[in-house]
Amino acid sequence: MTQVYLPRTLTELWTYLDGEPEALIYTGGTDLLVKMPAENANTAPALICLERLGELRCIRETADSILIGSTTTHAELLRHPLILAQLPVLAQALQTLGSPLIRNMGTIGGNICTASPAGDTLPPLYILEAEVELHSRKAVRILPIREFISGPGKTQLQKGEILSGVAVKKPADYNIHHFEKVGQRKSMACAVASMAALLRLSPSGLIEAARLALGSVGPTVVTATAIDESLIGKKLSLTSLAATAERIRQLVAPIDDVRASADYRRTVSGNLLLRLLDARTQ
Amino acid sequence: MTIHFILNGEKTTLNVTPDRRAVDVLREDCGRTGTKEGCGAGECGACTILVDGESRLSCLMLAAQLEGRKITTIEGMAVRDSLHPLQNAFIRHGAVQCGFCTPGMILAATSLMNHNPHPTRADIRAGLSGNLCRCTGYQKIVDAVEAAVRLEEEKS
Ligand SMILES: Cc1cc2nc3c(=O)[nH]c(=O)nc-3n(C[C@H](O)[C@H](O)[C@H](O)COP(=O)(O)OP(=O)(O)OC[C@H]3O[C@@H](n4cnc5c(N)ncnc54)[C@H](O)[C@@H]3O)c2cc1C
Ligand code: FES
Ligand code: FES
Repeated sequence: MTQVYLPRTLTELWTYLDGEPEALIYTGGTDLLVKMPAENANTAPALICLERLGELRCIRETADSILIGSTTTHAELLRHPLILAQLPVLAQALQTLGSPLIRNMGTIGGNICTASPAGDTLPPLYILEAEVELHSRKAVRILPIREFISGPGKTQLQKGEILSGVAVKKPADYNIHHFEKVGQRKSMACAVASMAALLRLSPSGLIEAARLALGSVGPTVVTATAIDESLIGKKLSLTSLAATAERIRQLVAPIDDVRASADYRRTVSGNLLLRLLDARTQ
Repeated sequence: MTIHFILNGEKTTLNVTPDRRAVDVLREDCGRTGTKEGCGAGECGACTILVDGESRLSCLMLAAQLEGRKITTIEGMAVRDSLHPLQNAFIRHGAVQCGFCTPGMILAATSLMNHNPHPTRADIRAGLSGNLCRCTGYQKIVDAVEAAVRLEEEKS
């Protein structure tokens, strides 16, 4: 039998972690409990579930950033006016994540810590220049998300540390928010390839600023300054995007798996850029 | 460990191993076998229950997480002999064939209606997209939920 602790405050959490330093942590359980069905749960020394940690269940804004507590569920984010109004690119990604049931349970902290190449919140968080906040009994440290996630399923999280929140810059300079995911079906499908984009389009229709991030086509989220810069000064038209689409196909490093071949993923990654033609200014 | 929770309106106290799955506790210890297990991995929605009025997957919850919650299973939907309007609508619209998905569908629809009392057909489809049905082809399920929504709208 494995003990399951449900701390309500950080102070309680640290006490449980002191007593059970090898405990596994989970929040919604939609990744951890799937990987570790109950029959094997008793091989874990202890489980600590963060679902009742109210301190971390929050969405707040400052003048230039938005802070999301790690135990906030995807459904809560999708109902929050700040997220809908200021972070449409994240909201669009959340709408494709799992199913209503998975979104009622799964959390942004869990999605980040799972660090799956297909994690749907990750491409938006990369282009929103997200920084994660890591808390231990003794210290708090802040890392850019691209440093925190070091490989597929790998993060810089240390023993005794939890992810307490993620802060993103308000993307005030961008008037196009766009996310698209290609999967095998609409609901409950892991991304075969996905793309998040923030663009600033001038009144005359020229791209003045661009940030792109691609999911599921490399060991971690793929971004490239050269790709972003190649869009500057261009119009949103098929001919002007075609060259950048080709560069994306060369840049990405997808794998073959049960869901799709590397070749298909490569083609789709370029095509996802062309879908920006349908994107609308906010 | 001893856990206390409200199951379908009744105060419930159980002695359980904390790491058992909620679906097993509800079925085996509480005898509420209306809650089904299909996949055990979050993919099918057959194990859907309401936790404080919101839909959750009981195959991805541990017994300890029931503590202090208000849990509703399909057995808690009818009030004595009168079925819940969603249950009546499922019967009337032929939305039940083998019935394995039905408890989950009805609880997911309840959760949807709690958050959005006036869902469109598209909202209903999206709201039930985490619940799989191998028999009906979904059309009749969406018809049934839509009928229950309209009935509620007429009442209010
Ligand atoms: C049927 C199904 C469909 C899914 N579809 C998608 C999808 O479309 N897109 C997608 O991106 N994901 C999908 N997922 C994966 C999963 O739902 C998400 O990654 C979700 O956000 C995980 O959150 P959680 O709170 O449930 O994580 P948990 O399972 O609780 O935890 C996941 C990992 O993160 C760690 N962790 C969690 N919270 C913290 C914290 N605060 N601090 C430190 N470590 C922490 C845990 O130790 C564990 O290693 C799906 C899962 C299922 C079962
Ligand atoms: S049994 Fe829980 S989702 Fe399938
Ligand atoms: S009625 Fe048989 S699975 Fe839906």
